[in-house]
Formats: sequence, structure tokens, C-alpha cells
Amino acid sequence: MKIHEYQAKEILRRYGVPTPRGKVADDAAGARAITEELGGRCVVKAQIHAGGRGKGGGVKLAASSAEAEVLAGEILGMQLVTPQTGPEGQEVRKVLVEEAVDIDRELYLAVTLDREHERPVIMASLAGGMDIEEVAAENPEAIIRQHFDPHLGLLPFQARAVTTGLGLTGKTARQAQKLLGGLARAFVETDASLAEINPLLITGEGDVLALDAKMNFDSNALFRHKDIVEMRDLAEENPLEVQAGEHGLNYIKLDGNIACMVNGAGLAMATMDIIKLYGGEPANFLDVGGSASQEAVKAAFQILVSDPTVEAVLINIFGGIARTDRIAGGVVGAIEELGGVDLPVVVRLEGTNVERGREILEEADFNFLVAQHMADAADKVVAAAAGKGGA
Amino acid sequence: MAIWVGNETRLLVQGITGKEGEFHALGCRDYGTRVVAGVTPGKGGQEVDGIPVFDAVDEARAKTGCNATMIFVPPPFAADAIMEAAAAGIELIVCITEGLPVNDMLKVKTFMKQCADAGHKSRLIGPNCPGVITPGEAKIGIMPGHIHKPGKVGVISRSGTLTYEAVWQLTNLDLGQSTCIGIGGDPVNGTSFIDVLEAFAEDGDTEGVILIGEIGGSAEEEAAEWIRDHFDRPVVGFIAGRTAPPGRRMGHAGAIVSGGKGTAKEKMETMKACGLHVVESPAELGVTMAKALGG
Repeated sequence: MKIHEYQAKEILRRYGVPTPRGKVADDAAGARAITEELGGRCVVKAQIHAGGRGKGGGVKLAASSAEAEVLAGEILGMQLVTPQTGPEGQEVRKVLVEEAVDIDRELYLAVTLDREHERPVIMASLAGGMDIEEVAAENPEAIIRQHFDPHLGLLPFQARAVTTGLGLTGKTARQAQKLLGGLARAFVETDASLAEINPLLITGEGDVLALDAKMNFDSNALFRHKDIVEMRDLAEENPLEVQAGEHGLNYIKLDGNIACMVNGAGLAMATMDIIKLYGGEPANFLDVGGSASQEAVKAAFQILVSDPTVEAVLINIFGGIARTDRIAGGVVGAIEELGGVDLPVVVRLEGTNVERGREILEEADFNFLVAQHMADAADKVVAAAAGKGGA
Repeated sequence: MAIWVGNETRLLVQGITGKEGEFHALGCRDYGTRVVAGVTPGKGGQEVDGIPVFDAVDEARAKTGCNATMIFVPPPFAADAIMEAAAAGIELIVCITEGLPVNDMLKVKTFMKQCADAGHKSRLIGPNCPGVITPGEAKIGIMPGHIHKPGKVGVISRSGTLTYEAVWQLTNLDLGQSTCIGIGGDPVNGTSFIDVLEAFAEDGDTEGVILIGEIGGSAEEEAAEWIRDHFDRPVVGFIAGRTAPPGRRMGHAGAIVSGGKGTAKEKMETMKACGLHVVESPAELGVTMAKALGG
């Protein structure tokens, strides 16, 4: 799960990570009031769940409260396009207004899980403000890595190793060590999957400050973090994905025109892959789960066909726990409820109760295209989508 | 012969009084697995279709001699269930539960290492996996038994239903399977591809292996390099998720391309370079294995 910058800063401040003073506003007048309260120059920052906001014109410096009001008015409501949003951009609904601070140096700092070592790892670099992936690709030795034991926390000597690696000394090094300890603790205690400060600022006076912050969380651990769940901003997520989530479905919208419904994440990915291999483009990833109920399948089908870019549907079910007759019943029920569907639907069923599942499809008042195996299914659905697109 | 699961397995089911736990405990028994005990804290003394239920794993072990466990405990309590089984010295722990927090798994790994250092080593398979089956002998897991057939191909996979797909292709080609193992779709899990390959290397009846990976992490690359250096039987490989966009978690917590790492392309190239028979289409896993075995 993702949260906004201002929320990540709220969490990090609780762990002793210093940030510039600031507040969030959802209208221009609010931005003006915050600037007046802070006094002096301010930065107005668009709050969306995507990086690269500055490049897209979502971060502006205001010399006065009047200018902050004007800039906030421009930023709020804009469709902010960044390298991470896709071409349609993301609507800005909130701005963070912060005091402007003088910058001596910018560093990069993050904590994430290192899967290979099965440990959290601090990553630090002198190239603050830059995309860490670029640094990793171009100059991997410029990244300092420090693993730590999540149960023991980041030990003081480990924090010192990071600040020494960054060439920090004196007061700045001591402040950075304290900040690192807080960041590591925040990462472990909130079950984060990423806690990133980019850039970490060193001011002219040698103080350290988190100028930007980003946190993502392990969705599996949200059951023990009610406060973080409350930070979820549904407006930032794809409405079809939100709807699917309410039915316990795992759905991700993609760019193609062939919708697919599959049970199991691995088979769902493999189905997308085989569609592509046969010359088609998948419109989504959808895993109805191992024990998909008839209702969940019905909801899944309705979500798939409500996507206007879809020109054909492929249902690929290998029934283990999920009984194929139940899936077939759910699909037929969904089509009946919709009063028919004007799309070709290719179905491939295999596994538990498959005979009954196929019967249900045959008895239905809808002409399903039945496939014998996975390759046949891909072949049929790509042809069907092409036929539809060309008609 | 096969690996890890067979006629000698005496199975415990943790969470047996839950709906899923009961259903699959009986499913395993119907397949031929000796299911000797269940554990649900607070429900000791009950029975599930004749299977005695105990309050704690050590008690179940003392009274029934169980040597393997299958876990259906809900995510918030699943890590504790794994550690209880490890503490009781259960040799094989198969955790079916999906949705364990990564931090809980890190705790589990630390605890299991302490147990091993203290002289009683357990093997954990999963979490978030379909389990293990040795066709014709026994199964510990949720896979449909009837699609399997005793045979000579080992199957290792991070996925559930995609494994069934591969199994079904092998069964239809009359090749069958020696043992099939789902290692689970989480970023931190108990058993790696290499652990399974090492066991298959010791098993004379496994003539070839199908290895099904996914995007994310680097376990497939490590496995491919291990195969190049240590494994001389044919291995057919597939990676799911070529079409997955970066930064999005594709169902499985571990299936995510991040920082340009863990792409299907990268994994497939490494597998090819290490001598694996890599298939582009998941529909060709079986036939490719048949060809590689010269059948």
C-alpha cells in the first residue's frame, strides 16, 4: 500500500526524523494561510502517489503567501503527468506547503528488504535527488549498503558505517546517525516495504532534514496497522482495482484489449504471457483466487466487461480447490444479470468437476467459444479480438 | 522413490478444526496420506472425522509420532504455528496459509536457524504454496490429486495452478511425476529452488525436472547457475510474468519487478545460458520435457 509524502513525513517525524515545517491543504486559501503561518518563502508540492512530481510541474517555490495561493490554485486540480503516472496523469487533490530551506548538499537514503539476504538493507548515496535505479545502473559502487537484523534494529556502529561512507563528520554525522536509527525503526515497526528519503538534505548550517519522503507498506501486515490503513487514499487508485479489491479479487488494469480471468497468480501471469505470445495484448491481470465463490466470479466478470477497451474475454480456469462448475455458474449468472454481453468469450476449463462445468456452459443461452487447452484458448481469443477490432 | 513425502509420512494438520483445514486434511487422507493428528489450541480432546485433535504440537508429536505438518492457520497466527512446529522438532513443515507479513517470515527464519543450531532441523515449505505431492503415495497440500500420475519428472514451482497445468501436461503425455513441490509465491520463504534440486539430484527416480519461476527476486537465476554446475539431468524452465508492468505486485507478494531487477527476460536469458530448456509458452512445458528425455 502507498501513502502520500505528507503522511510519510508524519510517520517519520514520530520516529525522530526531522523534516521541514509544513502542512497539507486542499484549497488555495488553505495554502495561503499555511504560508502566512510559516512566514517567509514556501514550497508548494503536489501530493499524488507517484514520483517525479517536480519534473511534471507539481513542485513550485513561492516567495510570498499571495504567490503560494496562486501556485496552489494552479497545481490543485491539474492532471499531473510524471514519468511514473502514465500519459493520462493523476489529478492533484492536495498540496503540501512547506518552509523553503537552504540546501548545501542532497543525499539519498532508503530502507528496503533485500530478498536474497532476507534482511532489511539501508541504501545510501551521495547522489541525492537522483533516481536510485539510475545510480544503481550507472555507478553501482556509489551506493552504500548496510544490512541489519530487524529484531536487533540498526546498531550504532552500523549507522556510523553509513555516515562514514557518505563522508559526513561532526554534528552532521551525529544527526544523520540518529535519523538512520529512526528510519530503520520506522521501517520495521510499521511493516514497511520501502522507506525512502530522497533527497536527504544537509543545510548550510550542517543540519540534516528529510526534504521528501516515501513509504510503501506490506499489504499482508495491514491487519495490525489500523492507523496506516486509514491513510489509504482511494482516489489515487484505479476505480476498477478498488472495486475488485472489495470482492477479494486481485485485479490490475493493463493497456491491452483482451480481458482475462484466471485462478491463481502464476497461471494468471502465464495466461497474459501466452496471449502476448500469440500476438494479442492483455487488458488486465485478474486472479479470482484459489477458492473463488460464484459471487466473486460474477463480480470479476462484470468488472472485466465494464472496461471499455476490452474486445474479447478469456477465462482460463484450472480447478483444484476452485471447482470449475462453480466458476462456470458464476460466469453464466453474470452474463444473465447483464442481459447478455456483446463480446466474444473464450473459456478453457480443466480440473475438478470439469464435465459439469462444460455442461453449464453448453446449456447457457450464450455462445461461449470453448477451448481445449491453453494454447488453443490463446489462439481463439486473439483471433476473436482481431475479428471484433476489425469489424 | 521420491523426495520428502511418501508412505512413511505421518501427517499433523495445524488448524484442522477450521473449514479449510478440515476439508484438506480429509482430502490428503482420501489420497492415501496417513493423517494422524490435528492441532487447534483450545480444542484438544475433540476429533475431526476420527482424527484426534490436540492443544499443542509437542503433545501431538509425543502421542502420535507425527513427522510432518500442514498449516492452515490464519495469517496473523501462522508464523507462530510454524515456530511451534519447529520447536517440537517436526521434520517437514508445509505452510499453505497465504498472506504472512514479511517481518513474520524473517522472525520464522531466525527461529528456525536457532532450532537447527540446537540440533533439531526442520524443513519449511511455503508459505503461500500448494504443498507437496508424491503421486500414488501421499500428498501434503491442496492440489487436486487426480491430475497426477506416478512417474519420473520432478516439478518445482512458485505457483499453484500453473503447477497443475504442468502436471496435467505431463500426465497426458504419460510421463508422470516423481514429486511436485510448490515453494510458494512470497519474497521470503522456507525452501528454495536449489534446496529442492539438491534433493532431486539424490533421487534416482527423478529423470528430469520442470522448474516454473516468476518475476521478482533472483532465485531462478541462482537455481539456473546451480543446475549448470551440479545437475546433469534435463531441466525445462518457464518464467511467468513477461507481460507484467514494473512496480506492480502480480498477486503473489514476491512477483514484482522493481528497480529493473527480476524481469522475466533477464531470468529466461540466464536459464538459457545455463543450459536449461526454456519454453516461451506455458503450453509447451510437457512436450519440451518429453523431447528432452528423448521420448
